[in-house]
Formats: sequence, C-alpha cells, structure tokens
Amino acid sequence: MPIFGQQISINNDLVPDWTREEVSTGTTIMAVEYDGGVVIGADSRTTTGAYIANRVTDKLTRVHDKIYCCRSGSAADTQAIAEVVSYQLGFHSIELDEPPLVETAANLFRASCYRYREELMAGILVAGWDRRKGGQVYCVPIGGMLVRQPVAVGGSGSTYVYGFMDSNYKPGLNKDQCLELAASALSLAMERDGSSGGVIRLATISEEGVERRVILGNQLPKFSTH
Amino acid sequence: EYVSSKTINKVIQVHDRIFCCMAGSLADAQAVIKTAKFQLSFHSVQMEDPPLVIAAASVLKDLCYKNKEELQAGFITAGWDKKKGPQVYVVSLGGMLISQPVTLGGSGSTFIYGYVDAKYKPNMTREECLQFATNALALAMGRDNVSGGVAHLVVITEKGVEHVVVPGDKLPRFHDE
Repeated sequence: MPIFGQQISINNDLVPDWTREEVSTGTTIMAVEYDGGVVIGADSRTTTGAYIANRVTDKLTRVHDKIYCCRSGSAADTQAIAEVVSYQLGFHSIELDEPPLVETAANLFRASCYRYREELMAGILVAGWDRRKGGQVYCVPIGGMLVRQPVAVGGSGSTYVYGFMDSNYKPGLNKDQCLELAASALSLAMERDGSSGGVIRLATISEEGVERRVILGNQLPKFSTH
Repeated sequence: EYVSSKTINKVIQVHDRIFCCMAGSLADAQAVIKTAKFQLSFHSVQMEDPPLVIAAASVLKDLCYKNKEELQAGFITAGWDKKKGPQVYVVSLGGMLISQPVTLGGSGSTFIYGYVDAKYKPNMTREECLQFATNALALAMGRDNVSGGVAHLVVITEKGVEHVVVPGDKLPRFHDE
C-alpha cells in the first residue's frame, strides 16, 4: 500500500528530538517581601528539550487582582493549576464580598499540588498583598509543602543564586532595593543556567496596585568573571 | 549520608609552590594525587628546576583522562612558578584542563556561582581574596548538606605558602543563621 503525504510516525531521525520532549519552564523565579508589598520576578525561557519553545514567556501569572504566582516546572501542569486556583479564588472572593487573602491563595495552590503530587511537577511561588498582613510570599515547592518566607527563589536556576541571596538579602529592604536584588539575582542565574534566559520580568504588588516591568537582554545587570 | 570525618584537608601540596584541591570520590582523588606527586618530583629532578603549575595540572589531567572510565575525581590546581607567576587550572571529571582566573568545584559549588560571578573582580588584594574565598565557602557550606566542618585555605606566593584554617564556628555568618 503506497504511503501518501508526510511520514507521521515520530520515531525516526526525520523528526527533531524536541517534538518528543515535554514542555518545561526550567526556570529561575523569585519573590521578596518588603514593607508595603512584594516584588516578584522571573526569566522568560520555556524549553522542550534543547529547543526554546518560547523566549518571551510570562511566568508571572495573575490569580487575583493583587495575588500573583511565579510558575516553574512543567508548563502544562502549572498553567492548569493556576487556572483552577484563579477560578476558585474568584468564586471565594464573591462569596466573601472582599478581596481574598494571599494565604488563602497559597493554600489553594498547596491543596492541588499536594493531592496530585504523584502526577504533577510544579514548583510555585505565591505572592501578593492583602489588607490583613500586607506583602507576603509563600513557597509551594514540588511535593506540595507550604511555607511562608520573606524571600524565596525557585526553579532550576535558583541553585546558582542561593549563595548570592544569602549574602545580599537583609530584612528591611525597600522596594527599589528589592527590585535591584531581584534583577541581579535573576541575571546571575540566567547567566549560569541553560534552562533560564531571555528577558527579566518583574512586578511589584502593593496597596496601590500591580506595576509590571521588563528588563531586556541588553539591559541586564552585568557582572565580571572571565 | 554518613559523615565519616568533619576535618578532612582537601587541599594537598604536590610541590613547594603547587597545591591541589580535591573533589569527587576522595579515594580516587587521593590515589591520583599520590601518583601525580611522585611523577612531579621526578620531573623536577630531571629538569633541575621547580615544576611549572601547568606541568602539575597536566600530570593530573593525563591521569584523569586516561582512566576516565574508572575515576570520579576533579581537581583545582593552583600555585606559583617563575615563568607565569600565580595561576589557577581546573581539571574536570572527564579530564579537560583549562586555565581560569577564578574557578569553583564540588557539589557545593552550584550554590555559589551567583555569588562568585557577582563578587569577583580581577586584581584583588590578598586580604580581599581571602575574605572572598572564606565568604564563598561559608555560603556553600550553609546550603550544601554534604559540605561543612572546617574551611581550609592556602595562600601561595613567590615568597612562600601560608595555611589558613577556619573552623565552622568562626566562619562568617549571614543574616539567616
């Protein structure tokens, strides 16, 4: 029987490797609390194996007006979880007749990540502002733990900047210092981690609202070493 | 993970002004360094001159490359010689040899790449360098569960060699400790 059209089997050399790989946001993400709000940041690279599927990804996802999450791990898993939580928060906020707490959002993420921990691969930072406790950062790593931290990093690139964060973060930084710390840390991680790169996306969340900014590749903070 | 010793010295002297830092399987690393030390001292007798740092690094590289299937050890070779002055070479797992002004190795090194990239600048003074290395080691030891104990540092110059040993409780602390 003659074969018409293109070869549709994917198990041959004519089809590149990356069509068989899962899409991942191997990543660097971070979030820092300051008095009055939070600063969140992420790189912009999404990879399928060695191919960069999206070099301008937005990994800072809104789940409510003043609550965002930073996504790392499987792109599909984190998008699905964020959508579910966004729906749950929207409904909850209508029932409450007031904006939801960041801790509530974090717990909703944790509930999904823990219940389906065997199937999912998602590392998420939940950050935002609410009237009760101000700026907060919650870490929901792979496995579904929940812990609040003043500063958190995540994703494959985060290992390279633990030392930098430990030495450069101190409690009591203001918003601009936090932005500078985030930009520097993300830049350093993107320099060393092959799965992180592109542009730096930053956002500040406070009582006034959400302010987003982008640092392009040629404007990244530069550091010396060979 | 069982900790068999908390005070091992991983910075070994292979010649008067040449030292090697070991990483990976310490058994493999010790065996390689013993062989290298002998070959280097023989070479030095034949040449009637202290060996070059690159010669020491090359000896290690040869051993690592020719036995790459069996060995799991990486080295940082550093020292002073009269041809090129102070130098740093790194021999990685498979036997690659490159020269770098600053280099890191071992399991704890992943955590301090960001710190080293940010803080290193060329032409630091001896005190700045010592402080930089001590801070970097302290940060790595704070994050890596298999690094810790005592920090061994060695300063090598034309004039001589100085050991600096910093016990864990005297290491710099950072805000979260």
